[in-house]
Amino acid sequence: MQGLSYDVAHLLAGLLVLLSLMLLYQDRMYALLRFFAAHALVLALAVAWQAYIQDAPHLYITALIALVFKAVIIPGALHRIVQRLGIHKTIETVVGVGPTIMLGIALIALSILVMRPVTEQADVLTREDLAFALSVLLLGLLMMVTRRNAVSQIVGFMSLENGLILAATGAKGMPFVVEISIAFSVVIAFIVIGIFLFRIRERFDTVDVAALDRSRGERP
Amino acid sequence: MSAWLQLSAPAVLVVPAVAAVILALVPSYRLGAAINVLAALITFIAGLVLLGHRPSPGQYLLVDDLNLFLIVLDTFVGLTTSVFSASYIAHELETGRLTPGYLRFYHAMYQTLMFAMNLALLSNNIGLMWVAIELATLTTVLMVGIYRTPAALEAAWKYFILGSVGIALALFGTILVYLAARPVVGQGVDAMTWTTLIGHAPTFDPALLDLAFVFLLLGYGTKVGLAPLHAWLPDAHAEGPTPISAVLSGLLLNVAIYAVLRFKILLTANAQALAPGSLMIALGLASVVFAALMLYGRRDIKRMFAYSSIEHMGLITFAFGMGGPLASFAGLLHMAMHSLTKSAIFFSVGHIAQVKGTQKIAEIRGLTESHPVLGWGLVLGVVAIAGLPPFGLFMSEFLIITTTIAREPLLAAPLGLGILLGIGALSLRLQGLAFGPPSPSPGAVQASHVPFLVHIALVLAAGVYLPPAVVTWFRGVAALVG
Repeated sequence: MQGLSYDVAHLLAGLLVLLSLMLLYQDRMYALLRFFAAHALVLALAVAWQAYIQDAPHLYITALIALVFKAVIIPGALHRIVQRLGIHKTIETVVGVGPTIMLGIALIALSILVMRPVTEQADVLTREDLAFALSVLLLGLLMMVTRRNAVSQIVGFMSLENGLILAATGAKGMPFVVEISIAFSVVIAFIVIGIFLFRIRERFDTVDVAALDRSRGERP
Repeated sequence: MSAWLQLSAPAVLVVPAVAAVILALVPSYRLGAAINVLAALITFIAGLVLLGHRPSPGQYLLVDDLNLFLIVLDTFVGLTTSVFSASYIAHELETGRLTPGYLRFYHAMYQTLMFAMNLALLSNNIGLMWVAIELATLTTVLMVGIYRTPAALEAAWKYFILGSVGIALALFGTILVYLAARPVVGQGVDAMTWTTLIGHAPTFDPALLDLAFVFLLLGYGTKVGLAPLHAWLPDAHAEGPTPISAVLSGLLLNVAIYAVLRFKILLTANAQALAPGSLMIALGLASVVFAALMLYGRRDIKRMFAYSSIEHMGLITFAFGMGGPLASFAGLLHMAMHSLTKSAIFFSVGHIAQVKGTQKIAEIRGLTESHPVLGWGLVLGVVAIAGLPPFGLFMSEFLIITTTIAREPLLAAPLGLGILLGIGALSLRLQGLAFGPPSPSPGAVQASHVPFLVHIALVLAAGVYLPPAVVTWFRGVAALVG
């Protein structure tokens, strides 16, 4: 049983890292959103598995939030926004796909190198989970800096946040995990509603953050 | 009677929370502004009562020397800013930049922000502290974007993205602290309770603590506005309503520093963990020098003072990084003095921007002639913030520099250079702003000078004579911070 519970948790966490890496090079909006939905789905499975092996029923709530909110509602809402704003064409990436992926792999290596030695006292599962969670977090950060488009920056932020939830559920018995996942959902809902209601497009004619840079008060 | 006094700690939290709900329901903006001031006053009184009657630490709330002085400062500046805000928004309503509906939202958010900051300061649980700081970030994001201009939306968006990244890194650090504590303290809430953590810190795994601190410093450091994570700060200050700039600079940055300090104490308590000082010194020094250089060439008056906030936050972080009784004392004093001075400057700048109808430095001239009170007020404020005698900031900066010369002479050169560059830039701009033939002033404003004068008087008084009680208090806190 110990073997199986470890294997499944390991598999799901690894899958999450893989999906994060794949998110990096999605240059179509709809594909990006579909991959993010898959990301959230895997997270929900990983959290539910943790809830099962840790015998912590409250984690099922976090899994449910990930499933309903992040895998269904948010991608659906973003899909509609993308449709309305008519930005479903390609996303420009600041750095090319090749360098981005290389950087992503380097970040994964870095997080494993950093996390493994410092968590020697923790059990094996926590160690692996934390290394993977840090990779997901760093890949999300990388995505946020390489993308210029507001919608893909949000997707980057949400994948980063999925990494945090993975870390928090991997840390056995951590309090407030459910509260934190709810707090994050509120934040994400805020941004999505913000984009939707305040229509960044009407102000800027584009959701491209580069356009936001041009309207800075700094330049006369 | 004592039962009432016991309620003062919850009151600091409950009063703003209840006020936020009431303000969300009150349609009249005049009544809203009055309730806002009243709630801030009650919170301040509750904060003062805490000084005399300190409740024993509970599982979620904690009152000790370190957060108590910040609570008093926080509630005090909250009160004066609410008074300033009342006159500021009246003008914004007249000029049509804000509508009554937005003001209702604004007042509710103001009290929510007060609640979040007080909760972050009082919480005895690192998870709860994280949630409170996130709440404070969210409310300020909403307020920065309240004017709905492209520049304001951009500022809010940038603040939001950078703030979220910071807050995410801080959460990862918090999880790592929990992991470090779990083998020693056991699972559950105890492993996140500050008082338990500090008691067991010497036995934590040092490697995990080191890594956690790096994440926490970068995460909460983003909220402090340390270079190179500062990019949100100038925009957020320049584009939001001025009372919010005052609260951001004066209070929220302090709350973020407070969070860093809590974890610094934790690391210092563990003998094998890395000394947190050098990291803080590096980030602090970089911020001071960078911000001082950026002060030249600013065209927007609020943006300029925002860069000055980055400089001072860098200085404070540097001082705490140096550590020791003297440097930490100076850091605490600087926190208090900067908070009072910078919010005072924003009070005056807010009215100046209103009477001149612009925030562009080039279009604001000869204030001392056209508006003597505002103009000379700005002069006093800038002299104080530049760290010139006889104001309180001179004393703290002097202490920081002399300690640096005594202990790390090599670092004193860039630090001194940064401070001097900052003084140069500020005095250069001040000349144009305050003296010479006045520029036209289209706006007329019912300025409230009282909050500004009270702040400057306090800073001046602290510079001339610091009461022994305050000195003893800060000494005690400095010993705690290490």
